Amino acid sequence: METVSELLRNLDWSPLFISLKTGIVATFVSFFLGLYTARKVVKASPGKKAFIDGILTLPMVLPPTVAGFFLLLLFSRRRPLGIFLYDQFGIKVVQSWLGCIIAATVIAFPLMYRNARAAFEQIDVNLVYAGRTLGMSDWKIFWTVVVPTAGPGIASGTILTFARALGEYGATSMLAGNIPGKTGTISQKIAMVIQDGDYGTAGVWVAIVLLIAFGAIVLLNLLSGKAMKNVKRW
Amino acid sequence: MEIEARIRKSLGDFKLDVELTSRCGRIGILGASGCGKSMTLKSIAGIERPDEGFIRIGDRVLFDSAAHVDIKPQKRNIGYLFQNYALFPTMTVRANIGAGLKGSRKENSLRVQEMMDKFQLSGLADRLPGQLSGGQQQRVALARIMAYEPDVILLDEPFSALDVFLKDRLQRELIEMLADYPGIVIMVSHSRDELYRFSGEILVMDSGKTVVHGQTKEIFARPRYREVARLTGCKNITEIRRLDSHTAEVTGWGVRIRTEKTIPEKAVAIGYRAHDFVPMWGERRENCLKFRLESMAELPFENNYYLLPEAEDAASWEEGAAHEAGNAGSGAGNTFSRAEERTICWFVQRDQMTEMEERGMPDYLGIREEKIMFLEDQE
Repeated sequence: METVSELLRNLDWSPLFISLKTGIVATFVSFFLGLYTARKVVKASPGKKAFIDGILTLPMVLPPTVAGFFLLLLFSRRRPLGIFLYDQFGIKVVQSWLGCIIAATVIAFPLMYRNARAAFEQIDVNLVYAGRTLGMSDWKIFWTVVVPTAGPGIASGTILTFARALGEYGATSMLAGNIPGKTGTISQKIAMVIQDGDYGTAGVWVAIVLLIAFGAIVLLNLLSGKAMKNVKRW
Repeated sequence: MEIEARIRKSLGDFKLDVELTSRCGRIGILGASGCGKSMTLKSIAGIERPDEGFIRIGDRVLFDSAAHVDIKPQKRNIGYLFQNYALFPTMTVRANIGAGLKGSRKENSLRVQEMMDKFQLSGLADRLPGQLSGGQQQRVALARIMAYEPDVILLDEPFSALDVFLKDRLQRELIEMLADYPGIVIMVSHSRDELYRFSGEILVMDSGKTVVHGQTKEIFARPRYREVARLTGCKNITEIRRLDSHTAEVTGWGVRIRTEKTIPEKAVAIGYRAHDFVPMWGERRENCLKFRLESMAELPFENNYYLLPEAEDAASWEEGAAHEAGNAGSGAGNTFSRAEERTICWFVQRDQMTEMEERGMPDYLGIREEKIMFLEDQE
């Protein structure tokens, strides 16, 4: 017991904040990007849809290290885009917090996109038509009719995205590295301390991750449960 | 106000090609499922885009493919009542009614209140659509449309998903609510009763085409084409052969009919409504047919008899059948089977049953000349 409290006292909390910050920003970006692309894909013709959907879903099914490989290829400061970003704007993606965000966003985004798309496809198209004949702009219809009606699906997408972004490891370690206090996220911290044989610290972080993940899922169930209170139990 | 619409649209094998010009305020579009009725309505509202055509309401051109005019549905000022009402499920009744209003917050809330009073929704202002009955939902949907004063209201099969009892009540309510609406209302339906009750003018559609367009009463009385007769609820439609201007052979039934008035030269078939036969006992007279009872159904307020004609002499029957066979491919809307065409439906209402109960089944069924509807082939 004493060892645990001692561990907690001496713990460097920076991984928690880095992970939370990364998760929140990645979720925020994925949320709007996901809604936007889901809207576009729902509108697209079937052939286009299959193609675009394939590309957007890839990061979810590929090993994160593959995504990390492509991200490095893109943003490395020995590559055109990386050189351009650094020379023109002083932006450094590799080995930086921005890298954490980009890696987490790329990996978690498909969860937002797919959930939003499924929710949009369930929407009665007559709601949209009704809005149009009532003189509502497509923008207003989208935000006041479509998004609220697709609420439960979007909420579950958001929470899954957050949980995934929070725990991202593979692509993050490749793109952002594990710089303590800067890009050192919880999952990288766990991997690192395990390598050092420090199971105590690893256990503390595992407990924290478990709590957050479990909390997120319970929250998700409560949110969607409210919307589905008329569903029969069987 | 006048509405003029010419709409052409191809969807795979299906071709929509309708024309509608009318000054009538209450127009009905009658047609079987999948005949393009809804597509026509959606094109007028701007939800669907015709391949080519022209749509004008009053002096506003809404669509003109030749001049590349295509006003957005938002700007057409046309209300559309969907079959499922399409109320926004996450908005309260109040928010639903106000959803499309453009004025200031205060103007809008006054307008919404006015609509809720008019449609007796005041007590339901904060409910969600899911908590309303079918009738209340219809009132909210109509209030929402009326709130922004459309020039035209389109009703897309408003009652087809309802049970009979509710349907009847909602039909009456809807007609009442629309009574003082000054604009044009177009209702699409496959139910002749709904449209007969509702519309002054009627447009009959069949597989994407306008078949006839005219006064509702006139079309029900003189349907002109087989498909129209059937859609207006005529149960007996059968081929005839015109012999001269006053006689014709009803080949399907094996009888001859003689008429006072001239039989139209183009007549190739007749329609005869199931309620219009006259039961006859004893001697055979002119314009009546002998039959054999095939089956019957007892309904609460009428009996339905399904009869097969019995030809008087075999020769005329054979001849008739041969003629029929030769004609089989020629009729345009002539897709139903021969056996079905030969079965005669005779519906007898309760109050006429007493005579039948006393004297038994009649020997003959009389055909009244004034009730015969002569039908032509569509050009």
